[in-house]
Order: sequence, then structure tokens, then C-alpha cells
Amino acid sequence: MRFIVITKATAESEAGVLPATEDFDTMGRFIQELVDAGVLLDAGGLQSSAKGARIYFDGDKKTVVDGPFTESKELIAGYYLVEMKSIEECVEWFKRCPIQHPGVGAPINIEIRRVFHAEDFGEDFTAEQREAVEKRRAKVAGR
Amino acid sequence: MATDTHRAIEAAWRIEAPRLVAGLTRLVRDVGVAEELAQDALVAALEQWPAEGVPRNPGAWLMTTAKRRAIDQIRRTETFKRKVEEVGRELEESIPDVGAMVAEDDGIGDDLLRLVFVACHPVLSAEARTALTLRLLGGLTTDEIARAFLVPEPTVAQRIVRAKKTLANAQVPFEVPRGDELAARLSSVLEVVYLIFNEGYSATAGDDWMRPELCEDALRLGRILARLAPREPEVHGLVALMEIQASRAAARTGPGGEPILLADQNRARWDQLLIRRGLAALERAEALIDGKPGRYVLQAVIAACHARARRFSDTDWERIAWLYEDLAEAMPSPVVELNRAVALSMAFGPETGLALVDQLMAVPAMRNYHLLPSVRGDFLAKLGRHAEARVEFERAASLTRNERERTLLLDRAAACDQPPRP
Repeated sequence: MRFIVITKATAESEAGVLPATEDFDTMGRFIQELVDAGVLLDAGGLQSSAKGARIYFDGDKKTVVDGPFTESKELIAGYYLVEMKSIEECVEWFKRCPIQHPGVGAPINIEIRRVFHAEDFGEDFTAEQREAVEKRRAKVAGR
Repeated sequence: MATDTHRAIEAAWRIEAPRLVAGLTRLVRDVGVAEELAQDALVAALEQWPAEGVPRNPGAWLMTTAKRRAIDQIRRTETFKRKVEEVGRELEESIPDVGAMVAEDDGIGDDLLRLVFVACHPVLSAEARTALTLRLLGGLTTDEIARAFLVPEPTVAQRIVRAKKTLANAQVPFEVPRGDELAARLSSVLEVVYLIFNEGYSATAGDDWMRPELCEDALRLGRILARLAPREPEVHGLVALMEIQASRAAARTGPGGEPILLADQNRARWDQLLIRRGLAALERAEALIDGKPGRYVLQAVIAACHARARRFSDTDWERIAWLYEDLAEAMPSPVVELNRAVALSMAFGPETGLALVDQLMAVPAMRNYHLLPSVRGDFLAKLGRHAEARVEFERAASLTRNERERTLLLDRAAACDQPPRP
């Protein structure tokens, strides 16, 4: 299963303040652990929303607005794309994410979302076929 | 639910399990005992963590708990005195420092690599190696392995028990092979990983064309191995091969679950992220090669040729034909020759391919390989020899153990009765 893990913006990240070297290193070590475990597919950090833009859609009307988007409660600051066996595994991994110095800074959250797989769109097996496969599996298991 | 405590504890344990087993194996010198200790630690975690919460360093907690059990067990056995001399003293002395020992990360990477080589030891059958590797390194339960390979769960359980006994009886040392031995032993490891991948990628039996979770498991194992043995080109080659092949997963199956062959796949559905990763792994491999590329690098280069072709008609078949010739040298096999025949046919016409295939018909090992008549049938059909082609497709259909593939082949046989108009 693939998950996107989203880190959220802070006042610093929105101000374009880069993390201290040691924080880079700490985060780097965490990323390396994900790589060593064979679960990281991709990762990236996003520049502040001041350097970004939004397109607002309202019927046929499209309005382009430059950042920053400071009125937004939760802006995205970064992402990890991982492949893991369950959301529980993903949670246990990312509990260790050094996103914040212990006891320092405002409360922060990271969000885990499961990525759709082609199968989820029903383009793979039909429900009937899936059932048939499961029945066969159960039969084999019972023998 | 992400918040379910029991599942969270199991997930935390699964993350730590391979390193846990590896570190314990170094201490107790027996993979079976190490695994039991690791399981005991899980039981303890399930008892204590709901109240105390998952510890900040779950790996350290589990290792400490398991080591304490190891010492208790050793004290209780009749061979205690002997054990004390061999191993016990080391353990006993280390108990006050267990926290420090566990905090060190040095050596655990090596232990994990040692465990890989033990689990894939050639003294074990391929099935035993596969089951043991998935269990100890892949973190799969016996039940999950059984379901993945469509075998009854007790069969897998027995396989694992016997495998551990065999390793103990053969006194397989807990070490990374060196020198001349390394190449052969590494080859054995890569073979296991690729076997798992192929089981998921193109199921040989049953009605499933693919079992994607197995491909993911194999890929994960391969990537871990690439980090443990980063200077081995064949390891990166295997990872590259698997990443690129896995990139096609969404395109290989139709809406009814039917297989779609390479020529007909919608390449827009190929996962470009995996292709990128595969090409990067291939680059790493090629930078490390000293001498001739091995079988996995060569197969990865072939896969990369396909990955780079935006359409089937853009495929560089001549290059692929040359690569198969190199591959035949690295791993002589009629199957490789068959693939070369297909490439030659695509590059130079079906007569060229047919000539090679007719030679292969005489090879005893090919007699029951369904792809041979399937390929021969394809060449004959392209040459307009439809009656002969039909016979070949029917023969191929009778030889395959995969239902979906049989259907595909019977369809091709039937199509020979209605050949395309010139």
C-alpha cells in the first residue's frame, strides 16, 4: 500500500527560514532509515507558499492568486511517499519523524493518506472474480 | 483503524523484527531460538505496552526484553555450564550494559546481512529459503506466506520448522561469506528475492495472473539488500529489474482480470516513478561493474530498453537481441535463447526467430515449457502458416498451469481459423 505523509507548514517554514544544520541532519537520518528499510519511494520539501500560487475555480471563472496563503490553517510543507503493509506500520514509522524538537514550538501534526491503487478503481478484478479467488484460497488453506 | 492499540504494537514489532532476530541470532547462534525470543518479546509488548504506551525506542525495549529471556533460558538448560563458557559469559557481562549495547547501531546492519545469508543458505531448498526469508526478513506471518503461495498454512509452518533444524544441524555459521564464496552465496540470495518477485509477477499456478503484495515484498527486500551490500552491482541490478517490471503492474491486467501482453499494454499506465527508480538503480549498478555485467544487470538493461520506448513500435529490438546474446553467456538457458528468438524476430523478421526456435524444439528441458510452442505459434502465424500455428497454440495451452494464460492461448488458437485478411 502506498501512503503520502504530509508535513505541515510552520511560521518558520512560511517565513522561508531553513532548518538548522543539525535539524537537517536529524531529518536526514530519519529519511535514511526509511531508505534502509526499503519503504521510501519519494520525498520532497515544499518552499513557502509565498513562492506559490493558487487557481480558484468558480463555475467557468478561474482566478489566479499569488501566495502567501497565511489565512489557511494548514498548509503543506513537505511529503513522503512510502510503500508499507498497513496504515499501522506507517503510523509507527512516522511517530519517529523528528518533525519537532521535543517541548519546543506550537503543536503540529503530520497527515497520512492512502494513495489510490488502480485496483481501487475497480479496473482489475471484478467483485465476482475477487470472491472466486478468495474462495479458492480458502479451500487451499483448508486442505 | 490507525488507532487500534493491538495492531499498533504488532506493527511496531514488525518494523523491528528483522533486526531483532538478527541481533539475537548473533548472541544465541541459532536462528530458531532467536525467532522464538523475538516472538516472546512481542508477547511481552502486547502485555505491557497497552498500559505504558509504545516506548520511544521500541527496538531497544524489545531487544532488552529478548536478551533477558535468552539469559533465563540459558540458565535453565542442562548445558548451562558449557553455554556460560561459550556465550553466557558474554551475555551475563553485557546485561548491565545492555542498554548501551542496544543503543549502538554498529553491527546491526552487519547482523542483518548475516541473517540474509543464513536464511538463503543453499543447504535449504528453494521453497524453504523463500519461506524463511519472507518470515525472518520480510515480516510476513506463516499465514500470509501460505496465502501468497497458495499452499496450506501447516505446510509453510512445517517448512520453516524444518529449515531451522537443517540450519542448526548443518551448523551454518552466522557470517557474511567472503572471497570466492561470496559470489555464489550472493547469487543464492538474489535468486530467492527474484523468486518471490516472480511468484507475484507471473503466477505459475492458480488463477491469479499477479499477486502484487509479493512483488512489493520482494522489492522491499531487494532495496534493503541494496543498502546492506551497496557495492554489489548485481544487487542494484536486481532492484532495477524489479522496479522496472513492477512499473508495468497496472497495465498488465485488463478490467476482467485478463493478462495484457507487453505489445498491447497502455504505456500511459506504467508507473514512471518506479521506472525512474529502476533507471537510477541501474546507473548505480553500472558504475560498480568491474568486467562483464551479470545476469540481473543484463536483464535490467533489457527491461530499461522497454521502459524507454514510448510505444511498442519504438522498441530497440536489435539492441535487445544483442543483450540476450550477452545474457545467454552469463546464464546459459534455453529460455534466454527463446527470448532472443523473439527479439530477433522483432528486429529481423519471423523467419530469423523461427530458425532459432526450431533448434530449441530438440532440447529436452524445453519439452514441457509452454512458452516454446506459444512463441513458435506466434512466428508461424506471422508467416501465414495458420494451421501449424493453431497446433502450437493448443499445445502451449495444454502445458500452462495458469488459467488465464491458457485462455489467452486458446483464444489465439481459435483466431488461427479466422486469419486476418491480407
